[in-house]
Amino acid sequence: MGIYRDIAVSSLWKQNPILGQVLGLCPTLAITTSLINSFSLGLATALVMSLSNFTVSALRAFIPFEVRIPIFILIIAALVTVVDLAMNAWLHDLYLVLGIFIPLIVTNCIVLARVEAFAAKNAVLASTWDGFMMGIGLTAVLSVLGIVREFIGQGTLLSGIEMIIPDAQAIQILPEDYPGFLIGILPPGAFFILGLLMAARNWIEHRASERAKPLPQPAPA
Amino acid sequence: MSDANNLPENNAPAEMPPVAPPSIIRISSRTAITLLLFTLAFTALMATIYFATKDDIDASARAEKMKLIDEVLPKTFYDNDLLADNIALPPIPALGLADDSAVFRARKEGKPVALVIEAAAPDGYSGRIGLLLAVDADGRLIAMRVTDHKETPGLGDYIDPRKDKNKASPWIGQFNNKRLDEVPLDQWKVKKDGGIFDARAGATISARAVTNAGGRAMAWIAPRREQLFALPVNAKFEE
Repeated sequence: MGIYRDIAVSSLWKQNPILGQVLGLCPTLAITTSLINSFSLGLATALVMSLSNFTVSALRAFIPFEVRIPIFILIIAALVTVVDLAMNAWLHDLYLVLGIFIPLIVTNCIVLARVEAFAAKNAVLASTWDGFMMGIGLTAVLSVLGIVREFIGQGTLLSGIEMIIPDAQAIQILPEDYPGFLIGILPPGAFFILGLLMAARNWIEHRASERAKPLPQPAPA
Repeated sequence: MSDANNLPENNAPAEMPPVAPPSIIRISSRTAITLLLFTLAFTALMATIYFATKDDIDASARAEKMKLIDEVLPKTFYDNDLLADNIALPPIPALGLADDSAVFRARKEGKPVALVIEAAAPDGYSGRIGLLLAVDADGRLIAMRVTDHKETPGLGDYIDPRKDKNKASPWIGQFNNKRLDEVPLDQWKVKKDGGIFDARAGATISARAVTNAGGRAMAWIAPRREQLFALPVNAKFEE
């Protein structure tokens, strides 16, 4: 089971789509105005990534190497269309919020990156797991961004939850008359918070690697 | 399930280069056929899902439209099939509409009750603001709602009562029951422009755009109201 654990660790931390690979920033900045939006788009992307990695891995024997990119794009675009239609039909309220971002999953480079780098070379189960975990790594970072931006911007948590659970209510953390802080809602705020998250991750990585090499490397001959 | 089941790597065809390399036509037609097969397979997948979801998508589009209409015109006002009793409007610049739209006509016991009509403000802070108005048979604005907009969240988006922090009396409620013969067009403005309607401090542009567009729509509807009620179902309105 080692490989599955490695994939999970790599997706969530070492090669995290946003913090490690810095891929797919368009939805990161656009949609993370609240936790619900971030989490939902993250899960939709994770679903597409699992499906696309599964499909490509299952069909990889039939995909000619020279034209793999057009075929990957075709597969990803078809799967996104399917997810788009399914959400429109069965999760309509959420679709109204995320609608314009769902088609953009096609252009999220992390999806193609995992298909090309992993699914095209690995077995079906490992590939599906990789797509799913990369999607979860993405969802985790989007959610943290969403929590911080929603708190700064509106002083609430889980606003918009009624789109998923009709009777649920957002939690008001700051007083009702909190006027809102626009930088939390607008994209520049997302850049600031994302920058801080990346800095924190790099700092932890750096500290870990300092500890890992107690001896200076011998100079190569 | 072990990975070995999915990995028939050992019997992968080992293609030896033929003596004469295949012609470019051969290679490209073989590749094209592969691409075509993939396209066919995934188009079939999309078509299947399209047909599986079509009814639900149509139903939710209809429900969504009804939900908006319910906000401007309570169901108790009429007893006809509102969505069916419609006429087509060509693009009407006075309403701010650059595309065809529909007017829905509410009737009770056959008598005209209200028109539900779309309009738009082209000059919001971030572009077009879509509006929906219900005007009764005497020219009273029953209510107006914002249907779509891109105004700044938390700042100009109070024009949409769902985003308005004042839930008790949302900003857009002040247009309820206004009539053009009581509030003439030169008063149909925000207070800052010499009119009678409030706007929130710091975000006048969104309010001004909605107010002015509402006034223009009322002025366009007033002289055409009876004609709009009288047209047969599905007819196309002409100036």
